[in-house]
Amino acid sequence: MTTVSLTVNGQPVTADVDPRTLLVQFLRENLRLTGTHVGCDTSQCGACVVHLNGQAVKSCTILAVQAHASVVTTIEGIAGGGELHPMQAAFREHHGLQCGYCTPGMIMSAIDIVNRKGNALDEQTIRAELEGNLCRCTGYHNIVKAVAAGAQAMAQAPLQQAAE
Amino acid sequence: MYAFEYHRPTSVKEAGSLAGQAEDTKFLAGGHTLLPTMKLRLAGPANLIDLGQIAELRGIERTGDTITIGAMMKHAEVANSADVKEAIPALAEMAELIGDPHVRNRGTIGGSVANNDPSADYPAACLALNATIVTNQRKIAADDFFQGIFTTALEEGEIITQISFPIPSRAAYAKFRNPASRYALVGVFVAKHADVVRVTVTGAGSNGVFRVPEMEQALSGNFAAEALDGIAVGEDGMNSDIHADAAYRAHLVGVMARRAVQAAAARG
Ligand SMILES: Cc1cc2nc3c(=O)[nH]c(=O)nc-3n(C[C@H](O)[C@H](O)[C@H](O)COP(=O)(O)OP(=O)(O)OC[C@H]3O[C@@H](n4cnc5c(N)ncnc54)[C@H](O)[C@@H]3O)c2cc1C
Ligand code: FES
Ligand code: FES
Repeated sequence: MTTVSLTVNGQPVTADVDPRTLLVQFLRENLRLTGTHVGCDTSQCGACVVHLNGQAVKSCTILAVQAHASVVTTIEGIAGGGELHPMQAAFREHHGLQCGYCTPGMIMSAIDIVNRKGNALDEQTIRAELEGNLCRCTGYHNIVKAVAAGAQAMAQAPLQQAAE
Repeated sequence: MYAFEYHRPTSVKEAGSLAGQAEDTKFLAGGHTLLPTMKLRLAGPANLIDLGQIAELRGIERTGDTITIGAMMKHAEVANSADVKEAIPALAEMAELIGDPHVRNRGTIGGSVANNDPSADYPAACLALNATIVTNQRKIAADDFFQGIFTTALEEGEIITQISFPIPSRAAYAKFRNPASRYALVGVFVAKHADVVRVTVTGAGSNGVFRVPEMEQALSGNFAAEALDGIAVGEDGMNSDIHADAAYRAHLVGVMARRAVQAAAARG
């Protein structure tokens, strides 16, 4: 067993884990944060994307012990005060999901794109940046629309961005 | 994944002595090759030595005519480094073409170079740029470092600490990506140095990254895509799989080489 201490969605967490525990397993099984999904378990699909020290990463390809002393944000940590995060609201508004399996990863990736590339995102940029996120249902069209709209909305909601 | 003991050293020295003492060790960098391999039980080290907390393996430094990159620098950090973008824009562009944004936020230059995947991008850059791979024991020229697929000059327990790149007068990388994995189906890195041109190919060769002497000679006389007219790379030794057969890969080497030369020449 190895001790790991990190901050998840603003809360300090310490646990003894088998070192082979993946970060996604730790989030889902130890912390019961089941919003982060496992789609492929082979680093391909992006269903498991969370933010590690503010950057989007695939939590199925990181050991929980590697996240020691880090700050992790999951899909559960982005809404503030009972209100959806603007990117979540945009996915709902634009039908950016069907079964919803890929959605937490899509939204965490989308917020990361905005953090890096700003609030005015064209379609080509969004499609290229979503390379590491697979959706088996939607055909991406509405996801792209949702990300563009969510990016715009994030410019108008500084308080919710700060909550991250 | 098989069980292992986990170690988190904070210096290269400590990591080196851990590797010397413990049985059956592996270093863990970004984990974006090693962890998938361990999940498949193709690797099952008894001891995993995490290099993630070692500050001296980080950083990018420009001194005179060289860019030196710490082994634990992530692909995204190299792609976004102002120093790299200014001194060797081809290297920053190459890093930006690796995998997807999430992979670039974890995968490291040291891990990629140590792994020497036959379809990885960094081996082509290191060989074309005539890089030096610095370890905790010695300095190894790229020409001596890459020794065939997944094979390098590294000894058991040897740690890459830095990679230093002489700044070329011009360089460019042209990559034909496998659309699913995003690894190079064929990637060609061309670098014009003061005295010589180096042309390297990844993805295509069944024995990993290689140089193309005929192209290097032609380009040393005339650094223009036309200089490559009439030079073809044969099918012998080309990789052949469901993604592309040997003839197609051989053809792509010529196409990508021309594109890389055009891009490098256009840098002015
Ligand atoms: C979905 C996906 C897409 C990818 N696409 C591409 C691509 O397009 N192009 C590309 O080039 N790569 C690609 N990769 C691979 C990626 O770049 C890896 O990150 C890289 O090959 C390995 O780096 P790492 O830091 O993850 O190393 P790890 O997986 O941690 O380690 C790899 C190997 O190197 C050894 N090692 C690591 N660091 C050192 C060191 N400092 N000294 C000595 N040995 C060391 C380890 O022991 C291990 O054997 C992709 C990976 C994934 C998951
Ligand atoms: S579950 Fe992590 S990338 Fe698919
Ligand atoms: S909505 Fe079903 S996988 Fe994307």
